[in-house]
Amino acid sequence: MALVGYTSVSTAEEVSKEQIKGLDEQVQDIKKDVLGISTELNLLEEKLLYPSNTQVSLFVSVAAGDDFRLDSVEIELDGKAVAHHIYSFKELEALHAGGMQRIYTGNVRSGAHQLTVGFAGKTAQGSEYSKTETYTFNKDVAPGLVEIGLAGPGFRTQSIEFKDW
Amino acid sequence: MRSKLLCLIVILVATKSVVASESTPAQLKDPYFGEALYYAHQDEYFDAIARLDTELRQYHGVDEPQLDTLHFHINEAEFSVGDLELSYRMHRRAGRAIKAVIEGNVAPAVRNEAIFRLARIYFQKEQNVNALHTIERIEGELPEEIVNDVAFLKGQIYMVNGRFSDAEKIFVSLEGEDSHEGFSSYNLGISQYAQGKEEEGALSLAKAGQIKGGGRAFQAIKDKSNLVLGSKLLDQGKLEQAGRYFDRVRLDGPFSNRALLGMGWADVKRDLYDRALVPWNILVKRNITDSSVQEVLLGVPFVYGKLGLYGRSALMYGSALNAMASELDKLDTSIKSINEGKFLKALVREEIKKDKGWVIKLRELDETPETYYLMILMASHDFQASLQNYIDLEELRKRLGAWAEYYDSYEEIISIRRAYYEPLLPIIDAKFRKLDSKIRLRLEQRDKLDSRLKSMLVAPRPEFLATAEERIARAKIAQIEKKLGKALLLSDPSTQHRINRLKGHFLWNIHTKYDERQTEAFKHLADLDKDIKRLKEINGSFVRTRQAATQSYQGYDKPIARLRIKTRNAQAKVKVLMARQGHMLEVMAVNELVKRRQKLEQAQVKARFAMADSYDRATAKEKQSSVPQPQSKLNDEENIQLDEAPKSDETPEPTASPGQDG
Repeated sequence: MALVGYTSVSTAEEVSKEQIKGLDEQVQDIKKDVLGISTELNLLEEKLLYPSNTQVSLFVSVAAGDDFRLDSVEIELDGKAVAHHIYSFKELEALHAGGMQRIYTGNVRSGAHQLTVGFAGKTAQGSEYSKTETYTFNKDVAPGLVEIGLAGPGFRTQSIEFKDW
Repeated sequence: MRSKLLCLIVILVATKSVVASESTPAQLKDPYFGEALYYAHQDEYFDAIARLDTELRQYHGVDEPQLDTLHFHINEAEFSVGDLELSYRMHRRAGRAIKAVIEGNVAPAVRNEAIFRLARIYFQKEQNVNALHTIERIEGELPEEIVNDVAFLKGQIYMVNGRFSDAEKIFVSLEGEDSHEGFSSYNLGISQYAQGKEEEGALSLAKAGQIKGGGRAFQAIKDKSNLVLGSKLLDQGKLEQAGRYFDRVRLDGPFSNRALLGMGWADVKRDLYDRALVPWNILVKRNITDSSVQEVLLGVPFVYGKLGLYGRSALMYGSALNAMASELDKLDTSIKSINEGKFLKALVREEIKKDKGWVIKLRELDETPETYYLMILMASHDFQASLQNYIDLEELRKRLGAWAEYYDSYEEIISIRRAYYEPLLPIIDAKFRKLDSKIRLRLEQRDKLDSRLKSMLVAPRPEFLATAEERIARAKIAQIEKKLGKALLLSDPSTQHRINRLKGHFLWNIHTKYDERQTEAFKHLADLDKDIKRLKEINGSFVRTRQAATQSYQGYDKPIARLRIKTRNAQAKVKVLMARQGHMLEVMAVNELVKRRQKLEQAQVKARFAMADSYDRATAKEKQSSVPQPQSKLNDEENIQLDEAPKSDETPEPTASPGQDG
């Protein structure tokens, strides 16, 4: 009986379309506010933690149309491990759809730096495939942006392609 | 409710594909834009918008934006923000952003695309008249890739504004277009039915129900078309045909329960009771939270009664009563659990949300009665939107909480940097000033040499290029001349001659080697310039490092203080909104469950009467079998009124295609 009483109290309240709409608009407003904070914070972090004269960012992309299943990526910068990532299905889908993953952001001195990238995964036929390549990039006054393009065996001449942006 | 559920499922599928298809440029020229897409393709809209907003802010803040790599994607980026905001359910801001594009100085194709997007927002927000006025503003050139999308949307907008004849023309023109295949035919059929063109409508729906192609969206529209057509034919009394279309609905799809129910009804209405038992016996074993399943709980014993199997019918009514009682218990437990606040906690369980089928998973957890009926609640658009808002608010709450802690860390970093740099910098500055003055002096000397050499190209001055030895020797000769005096030299012609010969020798060398020496001098200047360049680089690097040292701890106090206040205010707002949104969800959930409870209670009463009736008839039959009597009318249908057979949609609703945002 107590339960029935409890229930009847709850059902006395109705939710109108106006209430739903009003609250939805308030939620939209707070999203806008928080996005604004996020943008300001991004800019502050970039200035405070990764100033452009020392900033280096590494991006991972996969070759469009390649059915290679990327499992993991490991990156060393000047001999020091800086990033290791294991890919979820969603992340891999996002990469295949043309997205680029910023896998590392850090600070380095200006001058030449060595990047060692290793990746592992499975081909469409199910065989294991892994590859490691080294690349030297030059860091100058502007932020250093390096794209690491990955592809399965035989898809193109280089399984790992580097691009200085 | 059913039609909403149908629409919702298709729209949900459609929403996912829109970002993927519209936001990926042919070739990426800005890695940060690519990063925003990376998040967008994972449905992480907050991160995607935040990244893009940051990039756009930087782009618009630089002196020469045309040099920024985002310049290549600027139109896409502006549009993408609108799209992402739409996906993040920020319709108002998305609408404003798109309006800004429309009112800006843009090419007609870009403007028309923006109008299309704005119309789509109005359509999604059910502002049908605004959507109509907006889409009709499109004039002239359209980007080729959205021509069909614009037409499809226009057709949908005509439908929701009751202009079915105009909608029909559009959908006819879209037939055969791959991107909208099935969806156009479906909407065409609905438009035709709405105009009373039943035969044409049936043909169109039948066509939509037979499209070829994989993908969940296509399968769903196929099933939906067959279900709607079957329901319409059932209403019209074309029972055999209705059964055929219900039969085409996949048995494992989201519309299968309604189809099985309809299939049974098509048989029952033709008095083919034994045939009706086939789909209904499948349906009755399915999840009892579904209203179709609850309906056949009474339907199956009703059919057994019709077949004269009263004993079995009575037993099955008994089982149905048990199932209903158990279901009522579940409903009560669910309502109680929701009222205790457990529902909201379950909805934001982190481990559940990582799974795509989290709604189903949540329902299947034994320990969460509060979410047992979540699938049913999710069928309501209002509930779903409110739930999504609640989940979004929870994410905002977590982000804001994390950021609030960041500020303390940042301040600590800044204070460590200040403590390190502040004592060092005055000493370094003093040393640098000394060094800098020396550098300036050397630079001035170099400039003097440069200008002198350049002027010598116009007016040759060989003496300027005399070697140090030559200069010393010439100075010595001049000294000797001075010492001897003019008078003595005049009296001693041989000495004068020797001096002249020496002077001539040097003069000869200076003049004859002038060109060679000038070339050498320019070479040396070039070498000097290399050193100067290196010196300037070192100097510049030092100045930048020096500036960076200051910038690493100066000028952050105000921004951090401002951000901290903003974060705190946002946290307070989120807290209030979460409470309101949560309460609204609880009320909506409880209201729905209570309605369900009432419905079940009514069904329970019917079942009790039907069971009693079946027992009576079973007993009567037993007696009749011992004393032969004329056959009486068995199992009065009036006594058992089941809820209802599936009805076709009374209000036509257009269906979104896979390329169309919901």
